[in-house]
Amino acid sequence: MSAIPPSPSEFVAPAVPAVSAATRRRNRQLALAPWVFTLGFFLLWEVACRALKVPSYFLPAPSVIAQASAQYWWQLVFHSFHTLWMTLAGFGLAVAFGILLGLALGASRLVRAGSYPLLVGFNAIPKVAVVPILILWFGVGWVPPVLTAFLISFFPIVVNVATGLSTIEPEIEDVMRALGASKRDIMVKIGIPRSLPYLFGSLKVAITLAYVGSVIAESNASRNGIGNLIARASADFNVPLVFAALIALAILGVVIYVLTEMLENRMTGWAQRSQLAAG
Amino acid sequence: MPAFVDIHAVTHAYGGVEGLPAVEDLTVRVEEGEFAAVVGPSGCGKSTLMKLATGLQFPRAGTIVVDGRQVSQPVRMAGMAFQNPTLLPWRTTLDNILLPLEIVEPHRSRLRRHKAEYVEKAQGLLAQVGLKGMGDKFPWQLSGGMQQRASLCRALIHEPKLLMLDEPFGALDAFTREELWCVIRDLHAARRVTVILVTHDLREAVFLADRVVCMSARPGRVIAERKVDLPRPRDLEITYSAPFVDIVHELRGHIANARKAA
Ligand SMILES: Nc1ncnc2c1ncn2[C@@H]1O[C@H](COP(=O)(O)OP(=O)(O)O)[C@@H](O)[C@H]1O
Ligand SMILES: [Mg+2]
Repeated sequence: MSAIPPSPSEFVAPAVPAVSAATRRRNRQLALAPWVFTLGFFLLWEVACRALKVPSYFLPAPSVIAQASAQYWWQLVFHSFHTLWMTLAGFGLAVAFGILLGLALGASRLVRAGSYPLLVGFNAIPKVAVVPILILWFGVGWVPPVLTAFLISFFPIVVNVATGLSTIEPEIEDVMRALGASKRDIMVKIGIPRSLPYLFGSLKVAITLAYVGSVIAESNASRNGIGNLIARASADFNVPLVFAALIALAILGVVIYVLTEMLENRMTGWAQRSQLAAG
Repeated sequence: MPAFVDIHAVTHAYGGVEGLPAVEDLTVRVEEGEFAAVVGPSGCGKSTLMKLATGLQFPRAGTIVVDGRQVSQPVRMAGMAFQNPTLLPWRTTLDNILLPLEIVEPHRSRLRRHKAEYVEKAQGLLAQVGLKGMGDKFPWQLSGGMQQRASLCRALIHEPKLLMLDEPFGALDAFTREELWCVIRDLHAARRVTVILVTHDLREAVFLADRVVCMSARPGRVIAERKVDLPRPRDLEITYSAPFVDIVHELRGHIANARKAA
């Protein structure tokens, strides 16, 4: 979303005190809005559950979920870390493999043309469908979640790295080649730095997918992890615990996403700034 | 005895045999230290001529000799600048200018140990093109004209014997363009580097060049050559003098004919 930049006249407009006070109030409102809305959401939920007497085995009220969280906090923390660990392991594999394959695809037209149909076809398979095979091969344990996270998340990385490489401006390539640069020089000096923002852009997508993958696989191919905790809790009709686990998933997901975004900003600040400068 | 850049009876077509050639039976000679300008209607193969002379493309027929050697691979001693400055946004201006030194020998192996010396050289070039002290800025912090100046520095840092400029000022406003004419003029005077400038601006060609080569519409070949014997150093004022205007006018006639023929 690109906001229309304020015109210069908006900057030099005479600072009428009333206007600036109104602006300040508005900014304060904007800063408070997320908190107010979030609190309001849970409050509404609580009130609705109590007013309509919704049974807690159907939709527990936030207070009931909080109780369950307190009661099972150790399980929640333990299984969250397990899920985090599965996700990061699968994601790490995906990054390593995705970068290598992306470099190969971006560097060689032949490899690109040859392997694209395979890759696209593979990506079209919903990865849930692969979990049974993984259980068959590796049994119930840590391997299926890690592999599912890996399988589901490497594709965007491959595509983005390859795109960054294959969209080098022909002019800069000419400049380099006229200097006698080898293909490797061009990759190292231009292709790889150029594909970094693409790579980091894809990491946010990939980590989210990896997270989905590990939770899915945990729920029927593991004895640990939030996915498995949810599966067991719902078999026991412990619905408050299911919801407590869902909220743990939400928190963990946000933390993972924000960490990835921070990493991205650190590594590819130049791309963001140049976009700002351009628009 | 071949000239410094000797393109002889060259025909080149992109992709496939059946395609209409981009250039056909093209012969251009540029002497060492000479400033040659190439003008012609758009799409007539001027950029193709550049790529042929630097070994980025190989002709289907004809011979190309640069600096006494038949071109069979990229020439390794050409500096190039294009309409698009193509500076790398993740490098500072200074690091952008140093890029060729990371490729070309002997600088490549010396760069790390003699960094200070090279940085000083780059700073000197920056000052020469009017960008003194701007080395620490990132390209996106510079205006289009400033980026183009930096791109010229990058083309010159390794002291190439041949400088190829492909419509380098096409995207700039008229005032900035004239400023950069003077920058190029002074760089050429100071280094006696051989320059081939592709342009569609006839005044630019006549102001800068020793010789202007006119190309026909596609498939491109040379239809006229005009020596520019205006005295050097030339001042911008010269562009309003009668002899200057006459030459521009004459070239205009050639280009008009070439377009009509197309
Ligand atoms: N990479 C390419 N592939 C196919 N055709 C090309 C390519 N580059 C240029 N051409 C064609 O060759 C002709 C000459 O192009 P070019 O040398 O870029 O012209 P100019 O620089 O004079 O405008 C044009 O008609 C163009 O369409
Ligand atoms: Mg061109």
